[in-house]
Amino acid sequence: MKRSHFLLLAVLIALPWFAGEFYVNLASQILIAVIFAASLNLLVGYAGLTSLGHATYLGLSAYISAWLSLRMGLGHAITAPAALLLTTLVGCCFGWIALRASGLGFLMLTLALSQIVWGLGYRWVGVTNGDNGLSGLTRPAPFGIDLSDSGAYFWFVLVITTVVLYVIARFVNSPFGATLRGTRDQSRRMSSLGYDVWGIRWVTFVFASFIGAIAGLLYVYFNKYIHPSVMSVTVSAEALLAVIAGGSGTLAGPVVGAALVMLLKNYASAYVERWNMLMGIVFVFIVIAMPAGIVPGMRTLLQRLKGGQE
Amino acid sequence: MSAALEVRGLCKAFGGITVTQNVSLTVEPGERRLIIGPNGAGKTTLFGLIAGEIRPDAGSVHVLGHDVTRLPVPARARVGMARTYQIINLFSRDTLAHNVVLSLLGLLPLRRNAFTALAGRTDLYQKAVALLERVGLGHRAQHLISEISYGEQRRVELALALAQEPRLLLLDEPFAGLSQDERLIIKQLIAAIPRETAIVMIEHDMDIALEFAERITVLHYGQLIVEGDRDRVVNDPMTREIYLGH
Repeated sequence: MKRSHFLLLAVLIALPWFAGEFYVNLASQILIAVIFAASLNLLVGYAGLTSLGHATYLGLSAYISAWLSLRMGLGHAITAPAALLLTTLVGCCFGWIALRASGLGFLMLTLALSQIVWGLGYRWVGVTNGDNGLSGLTRPAPFGIDLSDSGAYFWFVLVITTVVLYVIARFVNSPFGATLRGTRDQSRRMSSLGYDVWGIRWVTFVFASFIGAIAGLLYVYFNKYIHPSVMSVTVSAEALLAVIAGGSGTLAGPVVGAALVMLLKNYASAYVERWNMLMGIVFVFIVIAMPAGIVPGMRTLLQRLKGGQE
Repeated sequence: MSAALEVRGLCKAFGGITVTQNVSLTVEPGERRLIIGPNGAGKTTLFGLIAGEIRPDAGSVHVLGHDVTRLPVPARARVGMARTYQIINLFSRDTLAHNVVLSLLGLLPLRRNAFTALAGRTDLYQKAVALLERVGLGHRAQHLISEISYGEQRRVELALALAQEPRLLLLDEPFAGLSQDERLIIKQLIAAIPRETAIVMIEHDMDIALEFAERITVLHYGQLIVEGDRDRVVNDPMTREIYLGH
């Protein structure tokens, strides 16, 4: 298992040397989607809280960073931490509101809150430039390294993705991660064992919004442009689809799921005009054939092929 | 020394239906107390009030000298109270050992740690296996809860509660749904719990739990009808009328 991780990483590192620019850019977008899906998976998979408003954090951090650099003329060294901080603060508030409920109520609250932010993106023209979006943005140059080249930017995204996935893996396998899964499976028992169930969920919500904000920064640096549609429910739903298709509550699930969604969206759409329909068919197939998602589904399949018991 | 549990004038009504009516009782440290009553007597509600899952309309609950009437459920675990559930309430996707580790972790500051690997804490897992051995399930520690029998799950329930070394243990019908043999095992396990722990047990069926009880409280329609030591309560005409005579 570990060896296959390193192999994948080696292939990814070498990618800009052998792949064309289209594919390198596609790979960057996939990695950004992976971070975003992995952050949502913390809520959906590990906390058992299905959110339909996660695009808020992607969009907010992108907008805040864009606005600060365009309107205030601030450099990336300030806009990036400011965007992360402010987005996480919004996560604190929205989490506090949304976690008044769980289950369907939680889902509706996250949806409603994200619709408010999305609406602001369209209507608050003075700040967001409305439907025209904000353009003329730049990429940062950390330690003087120019990231305007697609290969260089891909490596930058790859480094951050690796760090983020490592941190998430540590989080999930930590004592706190174990208690989080406990609140998902038996919240009543957890509180009688002495755990503050609400607090555990809230901290996770805030953490997920912080990771989502990182994805937002990478997104806006990649596109150098931001449009309110990035905060729409479609973006939230796509990420949710990626998590569920890949396998919620697993580390590899959102990676596989996000890659699948991005490939279908960008690659298949070049050949199939009705790619949305194709995506629908693929997901229906996944849900029927592997209800727990691709990663758990493949694991059971491999076990069966090896002849071992389930 | 303050009482393990002191309930004063506890009242609770759901809508117009009074479920707990001015109940007061005192459980001394190390005492074995049985609370009985027919279906609908308000036993489970009384437990809910003591455990903090239900807020009382009036009255107070003191545990080991602490006023816990307004304390949320998790804070009561910290005072030294633990409970089991009538309907099994375990982490069925996890191993027996992991279940007990979650219980141990509940009272440790380590529970807030979000960066070190829990699997690396072999000391916790060893302690969990030792606790499982106490209930005769040490050899099953690496099995999933979903793989063991109902009777064994009842024992894990007990192990989870004992892991926190409570001074007050609430047992909610620990014999529910068990066979005669399994009941005997649970009976022995409960008898082996050290005297530092006071035990309050709810039981619907008086015959099983009679041996365990030193003192018995009889509830009927939310009211405390009879209270006293075993012989007195069993021979009380009120008990016979509302409970044994049915």
